[in-house]
Amino acid sequence: MTSRIVHIASNTFREAVRDRVLYNLIAFALLLSGAAIFVGQISIEIERLVVVNLGLTAVSLFGLVIAIFIGIGLVSKEIEKRTLYTMLSRPVRRWEFIVGKFFGLAGTLVVNTFFMAIGVFGALLYVAHKFSRPDALILVALYFIILEFLIICSLALLFSSFSTPLMSAVFAFSLFVIGSFADDLRRFAGLTHGLTHWFASGAAYLVPNFSALNVISAVAHQQSLGGHLILQNTLYALFYSATVLSGAVLIFERRNLK
Amino acid sequence: MTARQRTTVVAAACLGVSMTASVLLLRHIDQVRPKAGMDDALYIDSPKMVERASLGFRGLMACIYWTRTVQYFGHRHYEREHTYNELAPLLEITTALDPQMLPAYEFGASFLAPTPPNGAGEPARAIELMEYGITHNPDNWHLYYDLGFVYYTELKDYKKASEAFARGAQLLNAHPFMKVLAAQMAEHAGDFNTARMLWSATFETSRTPDIRQNALEHLRSIQVDEDVTNLQAAVTRFGERTGRLPASMTELAAAEDLPDIPADPDGKPYKLTVEGRILVETPENFPFITEGMPPGYKPSARPTFHTKLQPLAALIHRTALRFPR
Repeated sequence: MTSRIVHIASNTFREAVRDRVLYNLIAFALLLSGAAIFVGQISIEIERLVVVNLGLTAVSLFGLVIAIFIGIGLVSKEIEKRTLYTMLSRPVRRWEFIVGKFFGLAGTLVVNTFFMAIGVFGALLYVAHKFSRPDALILVALYFIILEFLIICSLALLFSSFSTPLMSAVFAFSLFVIGSFADDLRRFAGLTHGLTHWFASGAAYLVPNFSALNVISAVAHQQSLGGHLILQNTLYALFYSATVLSGAVLIFERRNLK
Repeated sequence: MTARQRTTVVAAACLGVSMTASVLLLRHIDQVRPKAGMDDALYIDSPKMVERASLGFRGLMACIYWTRTVQYFGHRHYEREHTYNELAPLLEITTALDPQMLPAYEFGASFLAPTPPNGAGEPARAIELMEYGITHNPDNWHLYYDLGFVYYTELKDYKKASEAFARGAQLLNAHPFMKVLAAQMAEHAGDFNTARMLWSATFETSRTPDIRQNALEHLRSIQVDEDVTNLQAAVTRFGERTGRLPASMTELAAAEDLPDIPADPDGKPYKLTVEGRILVETPENFPFITEGMPPGYKPSARPTFHTKLQPLAALIHRTALRFPR
C-alpha cells in the first residue's frame, strides 16, 4: 500500500517538474533580487521589511497558484488521458490514488518552497549583510506557509474529484479568499443571534482558517511566536487536510468513471 | 533563403519596428496628455478596505503604501507643491496595515508637520499619527521623542513637548537625554541651546544618513541665527555707546574684543550693511536660517545639502560666538 502511494506521489512530482512548474523560481528570483536592490532607492528604511514581507508573500502566492492549477488537473487529466483506467485496473485502490496525488503535489510545493526560502535568505543577507537570531523566525513562517499548501492541495483535490478544472479552480480560489477572512467571519458570528449565529459560526469553522497560518507581518517585525501556536497550527492543518482529503476519497470512491 | 528564414526575418523586423514605434508614441503621448491630478488620486482611502483587499498579506501592502507615501511626498516636495492632500490618508493606511512600521511614524511626522513647501503643514495630524504609534508601540522611546519634537518645532507648545519627553523618559530603555530634554524644555524652551540640544540628539540617535544630514544643516542654521542675533545686539550696543553705527565689521569686532572678524560655519565673514544690519554672505548655504537674510531674499526652490557629514560632526558641540559682557 505504502509503496503504491509513494509511486503515485513520485510520478506526480516528476510530472510537475516535467510541466516546468519549477520555472516559477526564475520569476521569484527576479522579483526578490529586484526588490532587494531597488527598494532602498524608492523607499525609506524598510529594506529588510520588504524582503521578508515580499519574499514570504511571494512564496505563499506562487505556491497557491501552483497548488490550485496543478491540483485541479490531477484527477481530470488522468481521466482525460485515460491513464486513470490503466492505473485502477492494477491493484491500486482509488483512495491510494487520491492520497498519492496529494503527497506528490505537496512534495512539489515543499521542494519549490525550499528553493524559494534560499532566495529569501539570500536577499535578506544582501540587504542586512548578516543574519541575526530572530531571522530564524522566517523558518516558522515558511513552515506555516507549507501547512497552508497542504490545506490548499487537499481542497484542490477535493474539487478535482467531482468537478471540471475551471470550476475547481474557482472553488479553490474562492475558499482561499474566504479562508483569509475567517477571523472576520467568526467575529461576525459573535455579533449575531439565533439561527444566523449558528449558520455563521458553522460557516466560520467549516472554511479553512488561513489567517491563523499567516504570521508574515509578525515575523517581519521579529516578534516571537509561541511553541503552542506552532503545535496547534500544525495539528489544525493536518486535521483539516485529512478531513478534506477524506471527503475527496469518499466522493472519488463513488464516482462513476465510465 | 528558405520560407521559414524569410518569416523569421520579417517577424523580427516587425517586432523591432512596432516596439520602437510604440515607445516613441508613448513618449509623445506623455508630452501632450494633460498632467491632471493623477498624483493626488487615492482610490481607496479606507484603511479597513485596503486591509481586506490585502487578503491577509498586510505587511507587504503596508510596505507598498509606505513606498507610495515616500514617493508622493518626495515628488511634491521636489516640485515645491504647497498641497499634500493625500499624505495624511496614505500614512493612516500604512500604519493601520502595519502599526509596528516605525519609519512611517518617524518620517511621517516630519513629512506632515512642517509648513509647506517643506511639509504638509498639518502638525495636528502629525501628533495624531505619533499618538497612534505610541498606542501600538508603547515601549519605543523614539516615538515620544518625535512627538515632543513636533510640539517643540511646529507648535511651539513647550509644555506639551516637555510632557512628551518626560513620558518617554519613564521607559526603561529610554535614552538618558530624554530626561534632560524634558527639564530643558520646561525651563529654557525658546533658547538656541535647547534647539541645538534637540538637533544634536537627533543627529546622535539616528542611523539614517538623510536625517543626520538634515540635523547637521539645522545645527549650522542655528549657529548662524545665534551669531547674527548676537552680532545685531553688538551693533545696537555700539550705537548706544558711540551714537553712530560701526563703519565696518573690523570696527565692530574691535569694539567687542573679538579676536577675528566673525564668520559663518563655512568660514565666510558676516557682512555689515550701511543700515547696520548683519547679513550672511551666502544664505543659500543655510536653508533653515531665520536671521541674516538680505531684504527680499527668497530661499532657493531646491536647497542643496552640500555639506559633508564627517567634517560637520564637530559642529554639534560647537557653541556660537561668545561676546564678552
